Amino acid sequence: MFRKLPDAKARATVTVFVQGREVLVGHGDSAATAALLSGVTHTRTTPISGEARAPYCMMGTCFECLMVIDGVQSQQGCLVPVHEGMRIELQDGRADFMLDVQA
Amino acid sequence: MSADNLSDQNVSGYDLAIIGAGAAGMGAAIEAAGAGLSVIVLDEQAEPGGQAHRAIGSRAADMRLIGADERDGLSLARAFSSCGAVHQPGTHVWQIEHDSSSGGFFVFAALGGRTKRIGAKRLLVATGAIERPVPIKGWTLPGVMTVGAAQIMLKTGGNVPDGRIVIAGNGPLTLLYATQLLKAGIRPAAILDTTPAGQVKRALRHVPGSLRGWRHVLQGLGFMRVIRAAGIPVIRGVSDIEATGRGQVAGVRYTTRRGSAELAADHVLLHEGVVPHTHITMALGADHVWHDGQASWRPAVNADGETTIAGLSVAGDCAGIGGWRIAECDGRLAGLNAAKALGRSANPRRLAELLDRRRPHAAIRPLLDAVYQPRQSLLAPADDVVVCRCEEKTAADIRAAIDAGCLGPNQVKSFIRCGMGPCQGRACLATLTTLIAAHRGLSPASVGHLRIRPPLKPITLGELASLSDEPAQQQD
Repeated sequence: MFRKLPDAKARATVTVFVQGREVLVGHGDSAATAALLSGVTHTRTTPISGEARAPYCMMGTCFECLMVIDGVQSQQGCLVPVHEGMRIELQDGRADFMLDVQA
Repeated sequence: MSADNLSDQNVSGYDLAIIGAGAAGMGAAIEAAGAGLSVIVLDEQAEPGGQAHRAIGSRAADMRLIGADERDGLSLARAFSSCGAVHQPGTHVWQIEHDSSSGGFFVFAALGGRTKRIGAKRLLVATGAIERPVPIKGWTLPGVMTVGAAQIMLKTGGNVPDGRIVIAGNGPLTLLYATQLLKAGIRPAAILDTTPAGQVKRALRHVPGSLRGWRHVLQGLGFMRVIRAAGIPVIRGVSDIEATGRGQVAGVRYTTRRGSAELAADHVLLHEGVVPHTHITMALGADHVWHDGQASWRPAVNADGETTIAGLSVAGDCAGIGGWRIAECDGRLAGLNAAKALGRSANPRRLAELLDRRRPHAAIRPLLDAVYQPRQSLLAPADDVVVCRCEEKTAADIRAAIDAGCLGPNQVKSFIRCGMGPCQGRACLATLTTLIAAHRGLSPASVGHLRIRPPLKPITLGELASLSDEPAQQQD
């Protein structure tokens, strides 16, 4: 959905994993940006109807970018700066309470 | 003033806590710290700068900044970093308590998986602006984003949208972002201008300050020249738009006086101006007023920028849209006022300087407000348009709730959950107010707004548990 401009691409040296797929991103990118750069068409499905959603505001106010980051659910991906090796996954429906308890 | 003591679980006794490290927050910190106050600034982003100067520090390190706006923004950020205020980035405020006995505040914030309780005698909220919600059919489709969102992606990492890009709206960011894309070698497919027909002419003719506004008008004309020269179609007088597609956006249908048409699109970027981010001041119970000119809520304040809650002040766009330069001036004034309230004397020349500096920017505000007035179909959307994105409630659902007896936003919320989702009404409370007003034939002011309840941001039980119940430790 998004790509990096050439000079930004040259500075993209951080490796993260979106749905298990390796993506190279920059230090200033958020987890939500990484997801959009990885080629996924959506970043979560809604708890109400299962509708596909993707980030809308990229500044922490719309909550569409709720994702599972490093195993922790309901993270606002646009507010989480990437780090080497970060695991970013779509959040399907409502956060699973039992998933967090077992972690 | 004081080292950044991240290991302390409970931090106490700041003179001033500021929420937001944008232009207003930075200006306030500089003046308050300069006047000898102990200041802490809590901000969600990783770097200071707010949205107007998003990632300005990193960008300056990687590339040359262009234009007075960027250079001045960088100077402000640098002055802030060295002013002596404690800056806590990556920090999410989820609760604020007003201690009515001492008059101070406890701010509960989460960072790095732990929570801290921060005590301060005075609190300044400088949370800036958010994009005005653009409830059109299909706005929840992946690939539909705000122009601001796309701009953030460009500024923070040189990220640009793939494929056919349609920019649609009426506001300061549409043409600006289009020219930024062109500068990066990307050609948007089209720009849909939703400014109601005749609105600009009416604004220029009737609104005071329009003479001084010529510079802004010229800047807009300059952007248009660049866009036209690049051969990008600009379609004016667009009265309605709809994003189409299944599972992700595939096109945009639009209506003008000449009828309907459709464009293929991989990204539809929406922008209808910005509104004050009043979430925290509403959660604290400060009185808010509806501003007709900006079609939005703002906190009620006295001449010193203090809200109806003693010790709680606001500055910058969260108090009323004025742009970052006014926000910086008002932030600095707020810092000086905080110092004055705590017994430090204020230099009257400094106050006069700041008032002088803000005057020309304030003079053109009514013109910009008139030009950027949102069209009625945004304030009272058609029945099949989603209003509450989180709970997937449409305008029809809300109208049905009103017809069933719900008089205001909070009753609608109780009945149909509109505003109960994770965003807590950030994306829908404005529309809720204006839709109810239109349906009941009342003014938005008399309809009122949603009550906001903590936690203001999602926090885990682990984060909650990490907060100590013990009284705050003294800071040396």
